[in-house]
Amino acid sequence: MGEVPVKLTVNGRPTEAEVEPRMTLADFLRETCRLTGTHLGCEHGVCGACTVLVDGAAVRACLVFAVQVEGAEITTIEGIASPDGELSPVQSAFRECHGLQCGFCTPGFIVSVTAFLRDHPSPTDDEIREALAGNLCRCTGYQGIFDAVRRAADAAGRERS
Amino acid sequence: MTADPTATEARYSGRRVRRVEDARLLTGHGTFVDDVSLPGMLHACFVRSPLARAAILEIDASAALALPGVHHVFTAADLNPGVHEQWHTSLGPKMPETPRPPLAEGEVRFVGDPVALVVARSRYLAEDAAERVEVDYEPLAAVVDYGEAEHAEALVHPSHGSNVIGGFATMPASALDEVFGAAAHVASATIHQQAVTHVPIEARGLVVDYSQATGELTIYASTQTPHEVRLFCSRLLAIPEHHIRVVTRDTGGGFGQKVMVQRDEMCLMLAGPKVGAPLKWVEDRRENLIAGGKSRQEHADVKLAFDADGAIQAAYIDFVQDCGAYPTPWPVGTAASVGMLFPGPYRVPRAGFTVKTLYTNTVGRAPYRGPWQFESLAREVLLDIAARQMGMDPVELRRRNLLRRDELPYANQNGMTYDNVTPLETFEQALEMLDYPAFRAEQAEARRAGRYLGVGLGNYVEPSTPGQGYYGTEAATIRIEPSGRVNVYVAGGSSGNSIETTVVQLAADALGVKIEDVHTIQGDTAVTGFGAGTAGSRSASMTAGAVRETAKVLRERLLAVAAHVLKAPVDDVELAESRARVRGEPDRGITLKELADIAYFKTRKLPPEVPAGLEASARYTAEVQTIWVNATHLCTCEVDMATGQVKLLRYIVSEDCGPMINPSVVEGQIAGGTVQGIGGVLYEHLAYDEDGNPLTTTFMDYLLPTATEVPRIEYGHIETPSPGPGGYKGVGEGGAIGAPPAVVNAVADALSPFGVTITRLPLSPARIVELIEGR
Repeated sequence: MGEVPVKLTVNGRPTEAEVEPRMTLADFLRETCRLTGTHLGCEHGVCGACTVLVDGAAVRACLVFAVQVEGAEITTIEGIASPDGELSPVQSAFRECHGLQCGFCTPGFIVSVTAFLRDHPSPTDDEIREALAGNLCRCTGYQGIFDAVRRAADAAGRERS
Repeated sequence: MTADPTATEARYSGRRVRRVEDARLLTGHGTFVDDVSLPGMLHACFVRSPLARAAILEIDASAALALPGVHHVFTAADLNPGVHEQWHTSLGPKMPETPRPPLAEGEVRFVGDPVALVVARSRYLAEDAAERVEVDYEPLAAVVDYGEAEHAEALVHPSHGSNVIGGFATMPASALDEVFGAAAHVASATIHQQAVTHVPIEARGLVVDYSQATGELTIYASTQTPHEVRLFCSRLLAIPEHHIRVVTRDTGGGFGQKVMVQRDEMCLMLAGPKVGAPLKWVEDRRENLIAGGKSRQEHADVKLAFDADGAIQAAYIDFVQDCGAYPTPWPVGTAASVGMLFPGPYRVPRAGFTVKTLYTNTVGRAPYRGPWQFESLAREVLLDIAARQMGMDPVELRRRNLLRRDELPYANQNGMTYDNVTPLETFEQALEMLDYPAFRAEQAEARRAGRYLGVGLGNYVEPSTPGQGYYGTEAATIRIEPSGRVNVYVAGGSSGNSIETTVVQLAADALGVKIEDVHTIQGDTAVTGFGAGTAGSRSASMTAGAVRETAKVLRERLLAVAAHVLKAPVDDVELAESRARVRGEPDRGITLKELADIAYFKTRKLPPEVPAGLEASARYTAEVQTIWVNATHLCTCEVDMATGQVKLLRYIVSEDCGPMINPSVVEGQIAGGTVQGIGGVLYEHLAYDEDGNPLTTTFMDYLLPTATEVPRIEYGHIETPSPGPGGYKGVGEGGAIGAPPAVVNAVADALSPFGVTITRLPLSPARIVELIEGR
């Protein structure tokens, strides 16, 4: 199968590669960019483990081909903490609230929640649950995950006021 | 347990210490098996059977092999002769095991049965090639419904001579006819539970890297039991155990599916040495849902006899279980435990059981969190049915029959002796947390307004931490390095259960060092002693024992050196915060760093009886055969009469897992198991059609609970120490045991005005509407 060039920005770094048109963005990130924090849990767009930001929007990287995001800015889980390694408020809240156990679904949750809280800075509990419903976790029963989002939202709210 | 006079006071155990695993997992820097990429690595993909049962007439791989980048297409003839021995250590070589050809040989026995293994330069190419492998099948009559398996003409494994795998009985049901005949009240039901599956969000996978030059084999595995993968592989391939290294850093959930080596993994082990390059297989979700293993799928005729006051007189369970085509492991032992545990935490003067396990042409059974949990489901659901029939409150019926502490140890009539449990206490605590009378008032009020609320209970006692054979010991190595930093090596096998954090907490306390000075290395068989991994809710107790035994050696050595240097009697020296000091004289001390420096580099300062260095290994042997755990699950719900939708309102778990090493970890385990149990009642169903075709091959069809369905879980703790290390008990599986009966009973209670009796799962909205409409 022929390869085509793709040029995009991943976590602020300009990236160019030749890829098969059928290569998913998730595989491009994992295999070509060696950014293996983007996980594949179903490869059919339900579990949300592969969620990344494409020009700021939370997108399932298993449902997008790398060639479709030509020119886009991608942020993966590896680009969420600050360059010096300090955890983002969402990452810290997951840590404080026992929002992860095996950690496999975690990158997708962190990326989804990061986008959600940016767009909904003062969410209600129901809005949080609704937002989390697009990601599957099998370890935590969502207890700590919900708490983490509440905590991150409340902390951001306090900072604003 | 004997008190250790040199033990330092616990500083970290019992606290919500932050997890040491999180830093890498939160930032995308974990190492799951699919993250392992080796130079020149090839990728594998299985060709799987599309039929439930068929003869394999011919396999033509020529079109697949013609694709550039495709290296091999292995069939049974290529791989299966490589099997030397094939048995799991926990069962031993002599069990009447199911024949398990790595690749299907002559016949396929379920949809998803691995038929060929394609090896190619990339997973994409391997999948392309797999589609080009032509397999000529001759369809055969399949045994799909396990209810018909026993008398079906078709045999899943003709060599076995029957579709009955095996069974066990203490006595026939008729042996209790007299008690049941004379009882004031008898309740009976046939209770069915549907098939569900584990669904770790990371599916199964393996990377096999064989070195022709050295004969060494390295396996990167997604597993709960790295050492068993190594031992199993050494027997399978007849490669000496010490030439195999299994490495597991992060495993993305297991829940029992990753405890035992299955046929797919055997294929990879056999193929790896043949391909001349590292070989990776990571299954996709479809494969996981059709071939990863199922659980539950069983039913039983159960009955309970009561006297006129509601005291249980007798209990009997006649249990039948579907084990699919290739159960892993031999299922009869687990099925027997359903019978043995059926009396539960109640005073039951007479009891007996029969169990039977059956082959069908469906995916094989694999142990899933609380593999015997049907005993609790059946007993607790029948107790509610009985209470309704007798016109008693289900709470009052249980209260009369629950075991009291002064009756322990209590030998149930089916062969289990419980001790150190508190079923009445967790029960009362849960009821108090709910305010049961207030809920009943609220329920009555709601019914008058046309709303249907319900409350349901589930009590259980659970055997954790098996203390014999393969499971009966656990090792730790602790190295206090020359800088005074501590490394703790244990077998591990964490698949989300925070064993790294647990070990760091325990070791810091046992050595009297600051927690930030302790690191742990797990999951690498090259540097850790043999351990049976994460199974049987054993990690907390067994790992605590291993750390305790090993730390004791080093603590004594540290104290001896410190006493010598500080010129104080050894009994006056204590260890705390990475420092040895003389009791009552806080300034007279020596740091761990200085002690390590002496132990490694200034050895002439050591007292004569103390060896150089600060390294020790020890192995803990379980002190009891079983550590018992108990809990009460109590929940309330509202059922929408029009849609059949169940909304869980409050969910309370009161458990007794002894002292908690880390309450966040304990609660996390309870919550995860509970939500899996809720899913099993309300959403999940690994369904097949009547021809044996799996119907739930994506997450659009196999429904997992999401954040919008799960209730907030409230926890109550009763703390009764076990006789094991630290008094700890196992808590990994219980949530999945207690939740199903509580949810079923809550729904049944909500529907009680309609005279509904629930005996069949799952409770989908459509099923609930049928029940309400009397169908």
